[in-house]
Amino acid sequence: MLKVENLVKKYGSATALDGISFSVEAGEVVGFLGPNGAGKSTTMNIITGFISSNVGKVWIDGVEILENPTEAKKKIGYLPEQPPLYPEMTVGEYLNFVYELRACTLPRKAHLAEVMAATRITDVKDRVIRNLSKGYKQRVGISAALIGNPPLIILDEPTIGLDPKQIIEVRSLIRELGKKHTVILSTHILSEAQAVCDRMIIIDHGHIVADGKADEINQFIRDNRRYKATICAPQTEALALIKKLPGVVYCEALAERDGDATAFLIESERGIDVRKALFYALAERNYPLLGLEALGASLEDVFLSIIAKEGD
Amino acid sequence: MFAVYKRELRAYFTTAVGYVFLAIIVALSAVAFSVTTLLSASNDVSTYFTVLLFILMVALPVLTMKLFAEERKMRTEQLLLTAPVSIGGIVAAKFFAAFTVFFGANLLCSLAYVTLFIYSDPEAGIIAGNIIAITLVGAAFIAVGIFVSALTENQLAAAIGTFGILLAMLGIGLIASKIPWYPVRYVLGWFSILTRYNNFTNGFFDFAALLYYASVCFIFLFLTCRVYERRRYGA
Repeated sequence: MLKVENLVKKYGSATALDGISFSVEAGEVVGFLGPNGAGKSTTMNIITGFISSNVGKVWIDGVEILENPTEAKKKIGYLPEQPPLYPEMTVGEYLNFVYELRACTLPRKAHLAEVMAATRITDVKDRVIRNLSKGYKQRVGISAALIGNPPLIILDEPTIGLDPKQIIEVRSLIRELGKKHTVILSTHILSEAQAVCDRMIIIDHGHIVADGKADEINQFIRDNRRYKATICAPQTEALALIKKLPGVVYCEALAERDGDATAFLIESERGIDVRKALFYALAERNYPLLGLEALGASLEDVFLSIIAKEGD
Repeated sequence: MFAVYKRELRAYFTTAVGYVFLAIIVALSAVAFSVTTLLSASNDVSTYFTVLLFILMVALPVLTMKLFAEERKMRTEQLLLTAPVSIGGIVAAKFFAAFTVFFGANLLCSLAYVTLFIYSDPEAGIIAGNIIAITLVGAAFIAVGIFVSALTENQLAAAIGTFGILLAMLGIGLIASKIPWYPVRYVLGWFSILTRYNNFTNGFFDFAALLYYASVCFIFLFLTCRVYERRRYGA
């Protein structure tokens, strides 16, 4: 469906992309992950033909974006990071405009109704875009990307700036889309990619650092375990005790206090579960363990563990 | 392409821009017309058309300033440039949208000649020639305005920049006629929008001038496309 080969993009002397290659099969929902500034938006902008790469090619369904831009662009529905909405138009007018702009040939009324129903914006059809909430604006942007039923949908940071309820709605919408379209979504939030994607491509400093099924990437994350333990004990003694446990690679006292209890950050070696050992060690000394919480891995942790694994 | 044209035309009249433009043109041209013909009891329209040219220099940048600057600022250009439409098509659509509004204003202003025909017997040929000429000059001004609008995301800068370029083109033409050395005068004369206009006010239909205004249009619209091409490859 999509094939990207050796993309290089330079801004002056700064290199934004340094040889990005991947391909996406029809029907996949791919998460494009990376910290801010990693080159996610640049890649998406090149795929959609908004900007051009210095080197490299992009084929959408076999059509090269620079050789035949009009045909290639017909196959892509794109939601940029900031939805490209005209604030003075109503939602209905805007979608009609996009319908005409994309020279869509599907029956207009039925198609627009379908698109609005899919993104649940039918009830704001006659409202001026300027007055809509951020969540609605985002969904209007997504529905515009759906017009013409393009086989490939590209969403750049679709949940940024939304409240938790809206995030859940947009995510479930993306999962819906994944049933009929190939979807590429960029995000810097790991849990978001975990929630909706079959496959993740992780990019950093213009390079792809990992590319695999969501389960494989999750394995990376499970390997590196971090906990927050709240313990009623003198700080120095507890620290010494925890550090001595087999499998603990790092421990520090956090500033958090709960009565006479202190919170500790504990990091264990990959593949070793230190929770039982921790419990028994504390029980032996009569130090009550008030809480033990597994900390979710952040994208940075994934990077660290991937880089560590490559070093092995 | 037609979608962009339609949207721009609608946008002129869902925002204040279209009305402000029409109001400026119609009011100022009416005053100019009254003073130069009716009040001076003359049916000679040449002064009127020269004044009208200056009014357009001020008013047309208002019409063109937002065409690309706003798209860039609102990031809506991403929608246009990732849609299956060519850059040339987008530029042409925006040009024709602005031109349509200007042409409408031109027709409204032309109603004034009816009074001349009622009270005197002016030369219809000169008036027709002038209307055609002012339309062409306006089109050239719009092309300049579109080009400048594509260079910035600040609408005010686009309007002032356009006015500046038009003023410079006028100024170069005036300076050129004073330069004694022919080659320089010839080259600088190319920029002169005004000198080519004179034939029309004198009642000649000047095909060379027509071609000149059409080329100015084409060149600036082409440059606008190049700005977008370049931006795609550059920053």
